[in-house]
Amino acid sequence: MANDKETSKHESPLLDQLESGPWPSFVTGLKRLADDDGTDHGTMMKDLVGQLEHSYKTRRGYWKGGTVSVFGYGGGIIPRFSEAADEFPDSKEFHTLRVQPPAGFHYDTKMLRDMCDIWEEHGSGLIAFHGQSGDIMFQGCKTEKVQDAFDELNKIGLDLGGAGPALRTSMSCVGHARCEQSCYDEVRAHRTIINAFLDEMHRPALPYKFKFKFSGCANDCVNAIHRADFAVIGTWRDDIKINQEEVKNYVKEAGRKYTIDNVITRCPTNALSLNDDDTLEIDNKSCVRCMHCINVMTKALSPGDDKGVSVLIGGKRSLKIGDTMGSMIIPFMKLETDEDYEALEELAEKCIDFFAENALEHERIGETIDRIGLQNFLEGIEVDVDINMISHPRTNSYVRTDDFDEEAEKWRQKHSKSGKEDLLAKTAAE
Amino acid sequence: MTVETDVEPRRPDEHGVPDPFPLMHPLLKKNYGEWDWHDRLRPGVLHHVAKNGDEVWTVRAGTQRQMDVYTIRLLCDIADDLAEGHVRFTTRSNIEYMVSTEEQVEPLIKKLESEGFPVGGTGNSVSMISHTQGWLHCDIPGTDASGVVKSLMDELYEEFITEEMPNRVRITTSCCQINCGGQGDIAINVQYTKPPVINHDLVAGVCERPAVIARCPVAAIRPAMVNGKASLEVDEKKCVCCGACYPPCPPMQINSDESTKIAVWVGGKHSNARTKPTFHKLVAANLPNNAPRWPEVAAVVKKILFAYKEDARHFERVGEWIDRIGWTRFFELTDLSFTHHMIDDFRSGRETLNASAHVHF
Repeated sequence: MANDKETSKHESPLLDQLESGPWPSFVTGLKRLADDDGTDHGTMMKDLVGQLEHSYKTRRGYWKGGTVSVFGYGGGIIPRFSEAADEFPDSKEFHTLRVQPPAGFHYDTKMLRDMCDIWEEHGSGLIAFHGQSGDIMFQGCKTEKVQDAFDELNKIGLDLGGAGPALRTSMSCVGHARCEQSCYDEVRAHRTIINAFLDEMHRPALPYKFKFKFSGCANDCVNAIHRADFAVIGTWRDDIKINQEEVKNYVKEAGRKYTIDNVITRCPTNALSLNDDDTLEIDNKSCVRCMHCINVMTKALSPGDDKGVSVLIGGKRSLKIGDTMGSMIIPFMKLETDEDYEALEELAEKCIDFFAENALEHERIGETIDRIGLQNFLEGIEVDVDINMISHPRTNSYVRTDDFDEEAEKWRQKHSKSGKEDLLAKTAAE
Repeated sequence: MTVETDVEPRRPDEHGVPDPFPLMHPLLKKNYGEWDWHDRLRPGVLHHVAKNGDEVWTVRAGTQRQMDVYTIRLLCDIADDLAEGHVRFTTRSNIEYMVSTEEQVEPLIKKLESEGFPVGGTGNSVSMISHTQGWLHCDIPGTDASGVVKSLMDELYEEFITEEMPNRVRITTSCCQINCGGQGDIAINVQYTKPPVINHDLVAGVCERPAVIARCPVAAIRPAMVNGKASLEVDEKKCVCCGACYPPCPPMQINSDESTKIAVWVGGKHSNARTKPTFHKLVAANLPNNAPRWPEVAAVVKKILFAYKEDARHFERVGEWIDRIGWTRFFELTDLSFTHHMIDDFRSGRETLNASAHVHF
């Protein structure tokens, strides 16, 4: 508010070049906001365009962090103070409010218009749908306006997301709302888990960030295995459901060779076979639930009835040991009853607690597992070993095996018991 | 600081994740968990059928992600006038309009296209490039992802509005080596090429030195007294120029107009379909950070993309295509150079070596 004169428009010859071409231009939007003479956001955006043009010219960024928050919360605002404020004073504070999206990214136009009205009054008028963690990013707010902007957004049912060493904003795929491949209620899982740990989001106190993501099947449309510390992926454990008439229709339409080349032989475990009468045979014991055949033959094939989720732990981006993927920790758990959701919440709590107590500063849970070994982690969260946790058994001999017999006996008992139960169930069914 | 005002600030309502059901299209809400199958009528249009026979059509359009309120209101007007007032976004910033009759689809497409929003991004297309904040907002950006993405999507526009790739193509960009943009079939990421330039006058005042030392993935940073001031020094022989020290210590400037370069990676995949998820691999580096249109980057991306389009079999993602033809052929078909930088000498790098007699000529 220091400058008395009306901020004038900056020339932006480099940015202007991004206004041509068929793809929608973000520059046109920035300039449209900057053209709103006599408004606070217009004044701010005039200098913002100036600073961005300056970045395009010098090929440098000019933002630094700081500390800005709202009353009652410690996180959720990304403070940005300009290092080029002498030249561009009206965008010297350009903070972002990270706001959690509705599960599945559903909006009605009233909600979107309300957001626009609030942000036009209190912020820059620039909103990103969405950030890489899923946040709606309200980009560009002065320090003095942050509280008002948040209050208004909060009044229409929105809440800040995560930033810093905290539980982060989560996302879930469209799932149950519009996808026949979805294997669990993603909305319920997403909201149950995140809302149970909001304190960890709003008052950052973890060693580093912790992310949950919820995908309804192994197509993993929200990139959970790569990007989440705790990935929940829908799956099933009975047989793929086949509508043989629809298989025949598919083969008739697509052709036999096409079906063999693009469905049958694309199965990663050779579990598919096309019969002479153009029906499909599936070796379900070999199926790994990769989703390919179901993706291609949407009418003929669908996930089984005994649905649930897998949980993979430890996905993250480069810092510091390089990118890691989540690895399988829970191959299957049901997610239908209240008790099932409580069990998932309990698992999440154990993982967060273990992370809080054992991770080094600035270490992600995947790196902690890398450092201490999977077995220590499993002991910490009280989960038994499972064959699905590995690609193959160890290949190096440096392991102490003096308690092998006891462990082998435990395995034998556990598995012969379930084997017996299976046998009993089978007999009963017959 | 907490913002100070004259009155006691209001306490937040800790809503958490907003409930989507009041916002969701009524047919989606009604058939939640009860969908049966789907098909695609044309690029950009999905058709879902529920077990009870209900049908819903979805029209998907690309957006610029960072939108001014006028653009968002225009998208809302379209939803109110030609759709049914309910939309959703995909993880790649495409907007989706749901409608309950097929008759609504064509007028909706026409309107979106006439307002400059390309309809597509479904099936075997190149969908919108997922990206990061860049110079617009990040505190440690090497480039402006929004500009890179706009430039590339202009060039790949036809591939967004058609479904003519062998399989879906997911491109990502990241403004530094932290790779916030994520894994992609093709990834366009900043790659710094010189060690940080240290302003020793500022280090002691700004940086928590032990934290900075701990952050370095190759232990190349150590404490030092420079001109009588507590500072840090970098063993430049060890330094891999990753920029990890820059976020906790801005006086260790990693960016410059010349040494901040762009690298291209290929073969990342999130989905578990057919093959397990994979990471992308380095295939080109040292491309200039040439704002505002990054033509050199676009040239390399298009070379890779069209070699893939030409040569891959149906349903092969970029990484699966390379698995079949081998890296030798990949570098031939794309006319890129294989160099020693592409051999992974970092931890576990040995697992990426060819421990077999399998060779491509």
